[in-house]
Amino acid sequence: MVTNAIPLSIDDLTVAYHRKPVIWDVSLDLPAGSLVGVVGPNGAGKSTLLKAVMDLIPRASGRIKVFGESYADNRGRVGYVPQRESVDWDFPVDALDVVTMGLYREIGWCFPVRKKHRQAAMEALRRVGMADLANRQISQLSGGQQQRTFLARALVQDADLYLMDEPFAAVDASTERAIVDVLRDMRARGKTAVVIHHDLQTVAEYFDYVVLLNMRVVAHGFVKDVFTPENLQKTYGGRLTLLDEVTEAMRHQRRKL
Amino acid sequence: MMSRSLLILFGVLAWIGMLVLNCFATELGLQPEGPEAIRSSVAPTVALLESRGSITDRRLEWPTWEQWWSLILLRDYNTRVVVLGVTLLGAAAGMVGSFTLLRKRALMGDALSHATLPGIGFAFLLANQLGWDAKSLPLLLFGATVTGLIGLGVVLVIRHSTRLKEDTALGAVLSVFFGGGVALLSVIQQMDGHAAGLESFIYGKTASMGIRDVQLIAVAAMVCILVSFLLFKELKLLCFDGQFASSRGFPAIRLDIVLMGLVVTVCIVGLQAVGLILVIALLIIPAAAARFWTEKMWVMFLISGCIGAAGGMVGAGMSAVFARLPSGAMIVLVCTVFFLLSMVFGTSRGILVRWLQRTQLHRSIDRQHLLRAAFELVEPKRATPGAEKESVRQDGHREQVTVSMQALLGKRSWSSWRLNRAIDRAARDSLLYRDGDGISLTARGVIEAARLTRQHRLWEIFLIAHADFAPSQVDRQADAIEHVLEPELIRELVSLLDQQDIIVPASPHPVEELKS
Repeated sequence: MVTNAIPLSIDDLTVAYHRKPVIWDVSLDLPAGSLVGVVGPNGAGKSTLLKAVMDLIPRASGRIKVFGESYADNRGRVGYVPQRESVDWDFPVDALDVVTMGLYREIGWCFPVRKKHRQAAMEALRRVGMADLANRQISQLSGGQQQRTFLARALVQDADLYLMDEPFAAVDASTERAIVDVLRDMRARGKTAVVIHHDLQTVAEYFDYVVLLNMRVVAHGFVKDVFTPENLQKTYGGRLTLLDEVTEAMRHQRRKL
Repeated sequence: MMSRSLLILFGVLAWIGMLVLNCFATELGLQPEGPEAIRSSVAPTVALLESRGSITDRRLEWPTWEQWWSLILLRDYNTRVVVLGVTLLGAAAGMVGSFTLLRKRALMGDALSHATLPGIGFAFLLANQLGWDAKSLPLLLFGATVTGLIGLGVVLVIRHSTRLKEDTALGAVLSVFFGGGVALLSVIQQMDGHAAGLESFIYGKTASMGIRDVQLIAVAAMVCILVSFLLFKELKLLCFDGQFASSRGFPAIRLDIVLMGLVVTVCIVGLQAVGLILVIALLIIPAAAARFWTEKMWVMFLISGCIGAAGGMVGAGMSAVFARLPSGAMIVLVCTVFFLLSMVFGTSRGILVRWLQRTQLHRSIDRQHLLRAAFELVEPKRATPGAEKESVRQDGHREQVTVSMQALLGKRSWSSWRLNRAIDRAARDSLLYRDGDGISLTARGVIEAARLTRQHRLWEIFLIAHADFAPSQVDRQADAIEHVLEPELIRELVSLLDQQDIIVPASPHPVEELKS
């Protein structure tokens, strides 16, 4: 069920780590059924933005609505693909196990994983082209295959809004194609995906909508309107040097205390 | 993680070695110099314990057959109950330990258990003052829990409020609390003569356990096992990817507290049976041993529980017949035997399996080198590249050219021993045969050698054409990669280079030829 409500609406969001502001005063409304790229330099707060949306880190101020409700109320409609480096891939589980983890909430506390859940997980693996690797231990998978496993774990939930943290980072060409296919398939089914992206050359090809972020939102809108050299210059170059200096000074002060 | 567990393991082994040596010192007539040497070399705790006469007095008496039988058949009710209780404790520790090992929190239990000692002392003093039964186990364990949790709290505070790392905080808390506890115990000892027995908490003594104590241990262990089973899925998710767990609405912090609670329970009820110094070993060793056998978490969880249970059972049984042997040391020794066996024979990550896999890889690489070297040496002796296709395809056709050992040796930097071994193995698979001083490829050998050479050269051509390698370097680069090429990659390579028609392309760089 995809309602017409705005999938993700952020109002005046500020997040700080140890009093060091990471993102300042972010406000956005994302259109439903689109692929949204979040672009910005390292340390611009892209991952922080996604984590703040999911209440994984405390926010200093701001209001976040997911399909018109709080995240906690609409958790089931949001799928999350964390960065690949965020876990220890030497863990004793296989690819199918990892994908099944996306269903744990549905399975419920204390209940074991049943056959239908494994079938659903298998189907998700098939969608990312990994059906034949389902029983392989995760450390034996290549980087791209690990990334696809994470994607399948989000897909198995059948969410309406997907938040992906650098799914294209350091993956092989066939994985990149597989992810793009999945994204387009999502869009065709009216789902929304917010994807942190590093490769500026492919932004226009992969995404409809783009958010240029460097601690604050430099610009956001449809790619053809917003993805301009001037805006990129503002995001990456010339820069918000003052903002940088202020946060660095604050960090330095904190260290002395 | 592994290296940390190994470090603990060796520490435990050293400790046990000391104990055993000490036990036998009197028996072997080493009394004059033996304990002296040990006393000077180990921590003051041992000296303290010795001064109380609890270790040096341990004369071992070999049990009679009668005693062995009654142990094996568990005839004695008391023994039966104790063995059962400690077995359950071992199983619980093994299961909980597999979570903490994977959560990388294995050492938290160590700080906790060492920090329990002052609590035991305080509880004893308090009970004495108030005229209660100062030897009541629940009371002592309550005191232990309080200071244990304070110790954990101090670790967390140090970690969050200073820039010290966790290992520093753990080490500091562990030693300070333990030192305080030892001091307190010796003060109690001087004040009150019947405080003897408290030190059994340090290294464990099942002999001092009453039925009620065992009941407490068994119930607590069963609760831990039950919780581990019920929350297996949730704890697994927490250990693998805590952030994803919270994003899905699982309360990660509360799950962490539950896991810590399990560790606390195992440590506290394990104090009497295993002792506070060694209880951490029961949390780490079975889990680390189980990891060698499997890549599936629930299998690891069960194996770990079984190893812990076996350790508990045998250790408690031994301690029942050798009344003076510290049960904690026995339990940990049994677990360590399992660990060593797992480390060597583990079917998933054991040393033996990995060594076999490595040997196999080296052998297959040696064979590939041998076949390619032989092929390249006889290559110029054949006709032009066009005719080569036919000569390979002719069935049963034997390459008559003999390659001398000298030429093969010059081709690579391998010892003649290694080369001979490779030749023997290839000959056994009838890829080649020895021919006087040299070797000749069989028909099968030629086909295989042609395939390998083709693979190697395709890869070289790819490196030169697409990766800008200098032709003089390309041989070694290709060598490093070609052995792990999968068929699917080869196909891709072929279509990329558009080389379908050529069975073996000419080498892109000069190849040393057989001098005739």
